[in-house]
Amino acid sequence: MSQTTLNDDALTFAEKIISVKADGGKKIHHAGEIAVLPADMAMAQDSTGPLAIKVFREMGVQKVWDPKKIHLVIDHSFPAPDEKVANLHILIREFVKQQGVRLVEGSISHQHLLENHVIPGMVLFGADSHTCQAGAIGAFATGIGSSEMAAVWASGKLWVRVPESIKINLTGQFKKGVYARDIITHFIGMVGEDGGNYKSLEWKGPAVKSLSIASRACISNNSMECGCKISIFEVDPVTQDYFKTANRKAMFEIHAGPKAHYKEEYDIDLGTLEPQVWGPGNESKVRSASEFRDGHLDEVFIGSSTNGRYEDLQVVGKILKGHKVKAGTRCIITPASRNVFERAIQDGLVETFLESGAVFTNATCGACVGTHLGVLGENETCLSTSPRNYVGRMGASTAKIYLSSPATAAASALEGHIADPRRYL
Amino acid sequence: MSLPVPSTIIRGRTWVWPDDVNTDIIIPFRFKARTNDPVEMAKYAMYGFDPEFYKKVKPGDLFVAGRNFGGGSSREQAPVAIKYSGIAAVVAESFARIFYRNSFAIGLPALEVPGITKQVKQFDEISINLQDWSVTTKDGKVYHALKVPEFLRGLMREGGLVEYYKKHKSFPWERLQATASTT
Repeated sequence: MSQTTLNDDALTFAEKIISVKADGGKKIHHAGEIAVLPADMAMAQDSTGPLAIKVFREMGVQKVWDPKKIHLVIDHSFPAPDEKVANLHILIREFVKQQGVRLVEGSISHQHLLENHVIPGMVLFGADSHTCQAGAIGAFATGIGSSEMAAVWASGKLWVRVPESIKINLTGQFKKGVYARDIITHFIGMVGEDGGNYKSLEWKGPAVKSLSIASRACISNNSMECGCKISIFEVDPVTQDYFKTANRKAMFEIHAGPKAHYKEEYDIDLGTLEPQVWGPGNESKVRSASEFRDGHLDEVFIGSSTNGRYEDLQVVGKILKGHKVKAGTRCIITPASRNVFERAIQDGLVETFLESGAVFTNATCGACVGTHLGVLGENETCLSTSPRNYVGRMGASTAKIYLSSPATAAASALEGHIADPRRYL
Repeated sequence: MSLPVPSTIIRGRTWVWPDDVNTDIIIPFRFKARTNDPVEMAKYAMYGFDPEFYKKVKPGDLFVAGRNFGGGSSREQAPVAIKYSGIAAVVAESFARIFYRNSFAIGLPALEVPGITKQVKQFDEISINLQDWSVTTKDGKVYHALKVPEFLRGLMREGGLVEYYKKHKSFPWERLQATASTT
């Protein structure tokens, strides 16, 4: 790597990492240019992997470029809810055996990679839009489709357009009942669903140090809902501590230059944020939870790659403890990984969930994707901590989906309608 | 089954869609997660707007859409369902990033023309030129799409990654890299 590039004051994170990775820092790639990036890791899951396998075979490629760098994850519909899904899972397992690539079943891909494999400065291509989650630890991680994944499997490389960057300056401290999810929901409400399209988001400012890796992962993950290419928290002492605990190999840090050019800049004072709710559907505005009074919830779903981490389940446990989920509302709690699942059992959280009347499931994407474990029927209403409130996402096209933080979701499960979590904290 | 590669001039009638048509409208997760067959995927094209769309579309029809077409998931099944339903090309005010990449990767012509939804009505006959990357509306006005690197337009004209790789035994950006390293 070139020290000159890394010390260039005028480059954004995206420009630096692409320049270093694409040409060893010998050529500077500015926003708008096309570069070819070698992949350090490639991931596909059970709803993009089967098509990638089909395309890989149609291309006539015999062997993948590097089996150790390729992860297949069966997470979206695990275990298979029906025969059709089961057959696609079989296709994945056969491919894994044939090519000697890595396989994980159950844990959500993004959480599994965060817990076990991704490191700062890495280039990760994932056939899943929320791959950008790994930006939380300073990796260049971005979503692609199945055919491009097949091309990465074959060649280990892919083209990228160097993105323009948006800087978000975080200041202040959270008030009670407000969390990372409220920051990103607020931001999407501000810039719109395509406000980050093709862009790199860089999260900066004095408040970043108060955000855990789990909170950063929530923000980087959900940044996809404004269309971003990558969503970055640079390595800092919080990241370094995380990797000490995770016992993973040395890091490769990239820091944007102090004179980097940003296309847009935003300021968010955490102290001004309220618990946020987005919905019903993606066309609605983002509002504060306190603006809602009634409106029956048939389902509350707490989980997904956005908000199914241990930190999330802890807050949910705190709110549910000693209370009962409202009759007529089903509350489904789905951990994001086997690791989160096991910790929730060991630490007694699951006991709290079950005593409250909630359902606790295996680790999977679960109800977020509308194939199992909480599918919505005609005209049902759901409050979810998952990333998307699109029509038909979680089941019937007539179902209504609202999105919020786990705290707001847990409080709402107790009241049977959207509720402000602060009175339970 | 594979479809023929796009011809240079495409003429057809338009289906006009609004802003922010996301991938769950184009093909809901619960359907795309259960098949690996493009013909089956096509039966769910635009299901979020009209579950009967696949019966109404005619081969060679075109899409004209607003901003952020194809937002949300990385699912390539979205452009695949559109392509195999018979749609020959998509023109939009803007595309979501992954949908746009996927369209080139599977050989579905995708042209970004800001303001196009104000110039076209449902079932207008328009034509698309893949050589100069332009759209001609019913009244003969020509609108140029935003510029796209030549290696991507070439990929599109050759029908996408599978066809390209079968023919060249390499990917289009590998040549790009070879050129870049000598300049």
